[in-house]
Amino acid sequence: VIGRHRHCIALEDYSREEILEVLDLALSMKEVLRRPLKKVPTLRGKSVVNLFFESSTRTRSSFEIAAKVLSADALNWTSTGSSVSKGETLLDTAKNLEAMRPDVIVVRHAASGSPAFLARHVRCSVVSAGDGAHEHPSQGLLDCFTIRERLGSLGGRTVTIVGDISHSRVARSDLHAMGKLGASMRVCGPPTMIPQGIERLGATVFHDLERAVAGADAVVMLRIQHERIGDPLIPGTREYSRFWGLNVTKASEWLKPECLILHPGPINRGVELSSDVADGPHSVILDQVENGVAVRMAILYLLAGAGATAEVSSPEKATA
Amino acid sequence: MSDTIFIEGGRVIDPASGLDGVRTVIVRDGRIAEVAERVERPREARALDARGKWVTPGFIDLHAHLREPGQEYKETVASGARAAVAGGFTAVCAMPNTVPPNDNTTVTELVLARAAAAGLARVYPVGCISRGQKGEDLAEYGELKAAGCVALSDDGKPVMSPALMRRALEYARAFGLPLAVHEEELHLAGAWSMNEGPVATRLGLKGTPAQAEEVMVLRDLALVELTGGRLHLQHVSTSGSVRALREARKRGLPVTAEATPHHLTLTDEEVARSGYDTDFKMNPPLRGEADVRALREGLADGTIDCIATDHAPHAVEEKKLEFDAALNGILGLETAFAACLALVREGALSEQRLVEALTAAPARIFGLPGGSLARGAPADVAVLDPALEWTCDTAALHSRSRNTPWKGRRLTGRCTHTLVGGRLVHEQGGGR
Repeated sequence: VIGRHRHCIALEDYSREEILEVLDLALSMKEVLRRPLKKVPTLRGKSVVNLFFESSTRTRSSFEIAAKVLSADALNWTSTGSSVSKGETLLDTAKNLEAMRPDVIVVRHAASGSPAFLARHVRCSVVSAGDGAHEHPSQGLLDCFTIRERLGSLGGRTVTIVGDISHSRVARSDLHAMGKLGASMRVCGPPTMIPQGIERLGATVFHDLERAVAGADAVVMLRIQHERIGDPLIPGTREYSRFWGLNVTKASEWLKPECLILHPGPINRGVELSSDVADGPHSVILDQVENGVAVRMAILYLLAGAGATAEVSSPEKATA
Repeated sequence: MSDTIFIEGGRVIDPASGLDGVRTVIVRDGRIAEVAERVERPREARALDARGKWVTPGFIDLHAHLREPGQEYKETVASGARAAVAGGFTAVCAMPNTVPPNDNTTVTELVLARAAAAGLARVYPVGCISRGQKGEDLAEYGELKAAGCVALSDDGKPVMSPALMRRALEYARAFGLPLAVHEEELHLAGAWSMNEGPVATRLGLKGTPAQAEEVMVLRDLALVELTGGRLHLQHVSTSGSVRALREARKRGLPVTAEATPHHLTLTDEEVARSGYDTDFKMNPPLRGEADVRALREGLADGTIDCIATDHAPHAVEEKKLEFDAALNGILGLETAFAACLALVREGALSEQRLVEALTAAPARIFGLPGGSLARGAPADVAVLDPALEWTCDTAALHSRSRNTPWKGRRLTGRCTHTLVGGRLVHEQGGGR
């Protein structure tokens, strides 16, 4: 369990303490990851099913590695070639998987609310690996982890999320988690990409990038999905990149020198980030990838490991 | 005298005649014989004890989906009529989006034949505005009316062509048929799952703006001005629609409107509170608090004439899905009275206006018999216990489907007896 939760579906439902519990444990997990022999027996005999209805190489791989380092068995079930294409419902798929008695189902689905729907109908723990435009909790947690690792704390920091906020589950998870950890949150993008009422998630809205990043301690640049161009939310990537993308000139003129640049990946180089910024000194994008594994190890451990049976979950025990 | 019933001791609320008081309603030969203050019951007459209850004209629903022909796994005319009388409805208007749609007299006649065979609520078929509900050309209004249709609607499929809508409003005048319309600008609405707004943003669900309804309301009000056609707005759901309607009525345009029990009592916050429960998914979607307030005000002041259920049965496998994939629509007939009675308790509506919005008002809009306890009227009567508490147990519903947002909830107010044409077609035991 993570605090009161058997599942990891929405950071909106998590308290500050519950978020910190995962982040603190992830520190020890990261230490495990950096050992020459990256294997601990913590989740031996446990099984984790990665149920992916949307293609996602990196998140699926990250969960898979996290499970394997902890010695859990990981099974990948993707919608391509599975019974989903034969018209099986989400619930039937989940029920079939459940009959194979996994301890955790990690699910990614294009429909918002699907993980909550599954959680109501299966007995095992459900971890969302992203649902529609709702939340991507492990990404939100790894973003927090990465900023804390570099800056010590999110308290009193300013974080700006730039891009298609409307369609971004990362933005929502970041807003909930970072807000609870004390950061002051901004969102920036063209008005067509800012959803109604985003202020109620604690964000201040900007349309001008220079003002949005002024004084920011971290900037999260979201990926621009090519299918949004015809939607039509923006006229094209050229104009988007000019007004809402970061290149090295803007970065050096507008960002504080110590400002971090995050990106949930995969990057559209030359659209939201120019290559020299993506690979430059502000960027912590590859740290995010590594931290993602550590955070997911912490989530799986808490839900399927000793923590799941309400025993004391000390980091020492996790890494023993 | 064997077919004489004395409904005794109840509070008779009959807005059509302005009556509200304890009376005895005497039913003879299928008609209202008398509503009397003090009367001796002959020994051979049947008595129905209505003490502590309301006795009202049977409710009339202008908007129900009975799904027959074609989707009998969701509902049939018979099961829908059974659900209707259980909810106090003695007449329901059957929407034409059946399979095939009711754009021809064969379907109209089938619906009427099924209703007659069931012998429960009266069923009034509604014909299509456009052939096949395709929005391309006019259905045969004269034929449909001659076969028994009381109104025209492409419900669920808005007439997107203003030119066709104009001609429909004009042509329907020849037969005195109102056009009942679902207002949704489909291009503006796009693919959506709930109301656009802060809740949709939080849940990451695609929203449809209130304006997708309002621009069509405004378009059709303009077309009424052009044509003089009779327009009825179905399930009005936004404050902007109420505002436009109020202004149009002030100008004397021949337009009427309905609101549903769910739009009058629930907000889009329910989607969040329930954790994406698809029994809170319908079209139009649940809106915000300001919209609910506007609907209540509109219903109270008569801008919105009546309450209609938009009873929309769907099978479990069409609802027990991820939110985006589930079909729109919820049941309404068996919970409408209890849901709307909450408006009275909350001071939003008088008891008399509530009954009027369920009886006399809908009768007037589609020109239907009933909606009144006047002497000589058909004895379509609902006996209602406004204090009866019950739990909405989906297994006990008479509908073939189970998709109700009230499931498991404690409700107050229930129909205990329903008479259609003087026959007792529904009797409810005590509370559960």
